[in-house]
Amino acid sequence: MEVDRKLLEHVAEVARLKLTEREINKFLPQLKEALEFFSQLKEINTDNVKPSFQPVELKNAMREDREEECLSQDDALSLTEHKKDGYFKGPRAV
Amino acid sequence: MSIHDFIKKIKNHEIDIVEHTYKLIEECKEINKEYNYLNTISEDLALNSAREIKIQLKQKNKNIKNKKLLGVAVSVKDAICVKDVETTAGSKILKNYKPLFDAFVIQKVREEGGIIIGKTSQDEFGFGGFSVNVGIGFKVPKNPFDIDRSCGGSSGGAAGLSQKLSNHIALGESTGGSIVEPASFCGVYGLCPTYGRVSRYGLIDFANSLDKIGPIGKNIEDVALLMSVISGYDKNDSTSLNTKNENYESHLKKPVKGMKIGIIKEAFGQGVEREVEKNVYNGIEELEEEGAKAEEISLELPIRYGIGTYYMIATSEASTNLAKYCGMRYGATEKLEGSFNEYFTKVRSSNFGDEAKRRIILGTFARMAGYRDAFYLKAMKVRTLMIQEYKKAFKKFDALVSPTASILPPKFEDIEKLSPLQHYMIDVMTVSPNVAGLPHLNVPVELECS
Repeated sequence: MEVDRKLLEHVAEVARLKLTEREINKFLPQLKEALEFFSQLKEINTDNVKPSFQPVELKNAMREDREEECLSQDDALSLTEHKKDGYFKGPRAV
Repeated sequence: MSIHDFIKKIKNHEIDIVEHTYKLIEECKEINKEYNYLNTISEDLALNSAREIKIQLKQKNKNIKNKKLLGVAVSVKDAICVKDVETTAGSKILKNYKPLFDAFVIQKVREEGGIIIGKTSQDEFGFGGFSVNVGIGFKVPKNPFDIDRSCGGSSGGAAGLSQKLSNHIALGESTGGSIVEPASFCGVYGLCPTYGRVSRYGLIDFANSLDKIGPIGKNIEDVALLMSVISGYDKNDSTSLNTKNENYESHLKKPVKGMKIGIIKEAFGQGVEREVEKNVYNGIEELEEEGAKAEEISLELPIRYGIGTYYMIATSEASTNLAKYCGMRYGATEKLEGSFNEYFTKVRSSNFGDEAKRRIILGTFARMAGYRDAFYLKAMKVRTLMIQEYKKAFKKFDALVSPTASILPPKFEDIEKLSPLQHYMIDVMTVSPNVAGLPHLNVPVELECS
């Protein structure tokens, strides 16, 4: 596995981050070192082992499909300056 | 004075709760000048709560005398939502965010008469073990015994304040050791509960399958008291355990005689500072003198592969959780311009700190096509093996012992020299119990000063 500048910039773009030149030069060797170390997991035989996505066994927690109280529109909109006519306002889509 | 005695005095009108709370807030301000334990001091909220309690006491309200935390100051890690109080998780991207609701644990604390005094400092989103990875514009908390040293992390402010401030209990939060490790560096008790025991509703997520809220306090009685208040089933958290509520205080008086304690072999020796090892062994000896039986056990998988397993799971989950911070609806915003992706990228790039960016990148990588099986899925499978190894150990032992941290609190100038991977290594003792969802407790054994 080659962790290089191209891969780093690609992963950052997928994660919606634009790295500066300073950040690329700083992060690249750091991430290389970390990922090389984490690769040690391949030493462990996990054939026929099921993954545990949670540490304790859980059942589906369902609730009845009924209306419940929720945030008012005003409250929901109160935490941003980007709003218009009772809606959130985002950047242009097209 | 113990918190129990304090509550008694409040109930008997021997302490004026408003006057007391006012003084306590002033003390917090004073402590904060040097130690940076609080991102926000919720003075108005605290004084209003105190006034309310005073009125109810005066009116001889029947319910007031049953309140378990009556008048007790509770600080809250900044990753836990308190209604109308700035809640940032230590990140610039949440600066000025004032939640519209209380977290489950905050509801419980309020119901029992606890007084919320403020939000404690932490590594940004919990991303660190020394509380030096604070978000852009935040201050680094300092060790209560030596301001040139770290107070641990990520619940650093909570642990430091617990050491410095009396009649106070802290709500901390842990993903990979963030309750017990700072508790250890600050010489206080910290309890990280079983996964699901305390509701995560209203906690700003770091890694959903690992995050746990738990108490930090100067005395074990305080920790047990707060734990009894905050634990229990919550329908708003789908991972909440629906089991009987425990009275944790009732366990405190039980003798340790006959208890079987496993000393984790790999947690001692190479890489562990001599003073740490010596003091932990002294602690084990004390337990043996009380009649506990200690024996060595080998747990190679958790100690040797814990860091890799934990960081792959934690960063994967963190990278998806942090995807929601994009400058819309709440949190930091920028001028609305450019396309969706350009706008999101601008907001995220200018508001996340270095460690948050590194972890987002690590986690995004570990989940990407082509790498997912080797990293993310592999770690989830190793987690299964780790749980099996612990289950086997607990067939033989009632409790396992290791140092909480392998080193004494380091100086900031030495932390600066560490690479991120070396920084991650501080979690070597604590990540695996977290990966397996196991409860763990920091017990101070000795104060080492150099």
